Amino acid sequence: MSTTPSGPPVISAQQLSKHYGDFRAVDGISFDVPAGESFGLLGPNGAGKSTTMRMIGGVSQRTSGRLTIMGLDPEEHGPEVRAHLGVVPQQDNLDEELRVRDNLLVYGRYFGLPMSYLRPKADELLEFAQLTDKATAKVDALSGGMKRRLTIARSLINEPKILLLDEPTTGLDPQARHILWDRLFRLKESGVTLILTTHYMDEAEQLCDRLVVVDKGRIMAEGSPAQLIRDHSTREVLELRFGSERNTTVAAELQGIGERLEPLPDRVLIYADDGEAALEQVTSRGLRPITSLVRRSSLEDVFLRLTGRSLVD
Amino acid sequence: MTDPTPARVQETAAPPYRPSAHPPAVSAARARTFGSWYYAEHVLRSMNSYRWTLLASSVGTPVLYLFAMGVGLATLVDRTAAGAFGGVGYLAFLAPALLASATIMTAATEFTYPVMDGFKWRRVYYGPHASPLSTDQIVNGHIIAITARLTATTIIYFLIVAAFGASPSAAGAAAIPVAVLSGLAFGLPLMAYSAGVEEDKGQFALVMRFVVTPMFLFSGTFFPLDTLPVFLRWIGWISPLWHGTELGRALTYGYDVPAWLAVVHVLFLLVLAVIGWRRARTVYARRLGR
Ligand SMILES: Nc1ncnc2c1ncn2[C@@H]1O[C@H](COP(=O)(O)OP(=O)(O)OP(=O)(O)O)[C@@H](O)[C@H]1O
Ligand SMILES: [Mg+2]
Repeated sequence: MSTTPSGPPVISAQQLSKHYGDFRAVDGISFDVPAGESFGLLGPNGAGKSTTMRMIGGVSQRTSGRLTIMGLDPEEHGPEVRAHLGVVPQQDNLDEELRVRDNLLVYGRYFGLPMSYLRPKADELLEFAQLTDKATAKVDALSGGMKRRLTIARSLINEPKILLLDEPTTGLDPQARHILWDRLFRLKESGVTLILTTHYMDEAEQLCDRLVVVDKGRIMAEGSPAQLIRDHSTREVLELRFGSERNTTVAAELQGIGERLEPLPDRVLIYADDGEAALEQVTSRGLRPITSLVRRSSLEDVFLRLTGRSLVD
Repeated sequence: MTDPTPARVQETAAPPYRPSAHPPAVSAARARTFGSWYYAEHVLRSMNSYRWTLLASSVGTPVLYLFAMGVGLATLVDRTAAGAFGGVGYLAFLAPALLASATIMTAATEFTYPVMDGFKWRRVYYGPHASPLSTDQIVNGHIIAITARLTATTIIYFLIVAAFGASPSAAGAAAIPVAVLSGLAFGLPLMAYSAGVEEDKGQFALVMRFVVTPMFLFSGTFFPLDTLPVFLRWIGWISPLWHGTELGRALTYGYDVPAWLAVVHVLFLLVLAVIGWRRARTVYARRLGR
């Protein structure tokens, strides 16, 4: 892995739980994040990612378990913990009555930062978020993706050493995503610890040193992207399309090829270390797929395997 | 591993000068000390974005009321019922009540929809909530900002009252803080209520119709409370508007209120405000901390 853990963890959670009535949104999860690591939480809708993020962010009270950020319990030292953080919540909460630039200034004031620092910093962040020409527009007038970019810019106003990003790139166009990835990469290089949730597996693969896959409030697997692929998937995947009518019926005839078979509505996946060899076996059984594709295993395969075939948006 | 970040504080200007943020410990300490003011600053800035509307209504409302009452109603009442209002003209009798009720009505709007906005519609509270500010400071800051707005509106109202000659006493200006206190005595319990509303199914409209309006009509506003039948007088006794109006009358035209009763009026308003404030802090902490 690229970063070697050193010193005490920046974030440490032990048996962290959050219940809403009888419902266990987070059900005893444990992890440590060392300084400078980029740590990802993956999981289907409702897995408990945002709930975990809110507890780390010191804005939601846990039901049980232990949690420290920079060695401090957020429930006892809320302001001290939150002063370390930059937060991009899943749902934007900008002040739409204020102008774009004023949103940054006002937010910086919460950290007691002086205007002499905030004015140039706000301009720099607007530049980064490509919102310079919208600086004096009302937030109302921004598109969804622009609001998202402003929220991200806002999270950097206090130059945090820990950044909590809950689906930061949802709603961003590809260009904006790449700009953000680049920025996050540079922040990481400068020693910032990143905690990230995302539904984009490519994003997780690009940005995260280490991931946990969460489902129903529990950790299903943990490791670097490469390690997770190695542990939970084969080297390659053969994707076959027989037409939507036939995919499931043909699956029976494919039994025994590769390590694992996964019939989906639109295609059949065969997990095998050698995809070409698997394809030869398919054709030798007299089956003629409309299209076939051999690709390397990705995090998406791991995700689908671990969390079942639940629909992920 | 060595810390890859460059040295932070660089007083010996290494151009180009790029100041860096102060350390988190400083942020936390400042937020602990000044957090309520930081949030108040935020709310005032967003109010500032519709300052002209606010100013227009702050001037328009009193001019309208006083003109209608002063030129219309008061002339009529004074002709037929001179002496019914403790020796002053009807307008002087009415003005302190209008002043207090204007402040209370403004408080009623400011402590309902904007609170809902903070929790639900635009979720404005959740921004500061993720910052070093505490939930108590969010409550305090919002109260400070609204108090500033109530004070500004009340001052304008009072100046217009004075211009109509409806505040003969020299102590008249002291009716301003009294009216603001009445606004808070009504507004803060309402704030606590609003913070508990999960969904606006018209509760606020009901509050306006069945709390604010009856209070406006039956708190000794247009006629002394003791002209009401006994079984309706309790509305006045529990109404912050009545207590505020009685005090206001004592201040603007020397209406005779025994000292003990004046103390009761002030205490009643203070107690309501403090109860509402404390309750609001609890409800905010619970709702934001879910
Ligand atoms: N305030 C709340 N009251 C009751 N239940 C809640 C509350 N907040 C979250 N939950 C429940 O907790 C579970 C986890 O929610 P959470 O928002 O953490 O999921 P998530 O992993 O972030 O999902 P998504 O990918 O959709 O953002 C969900 O089932 C949700 O319904
Ligand atoms: Mg979420």
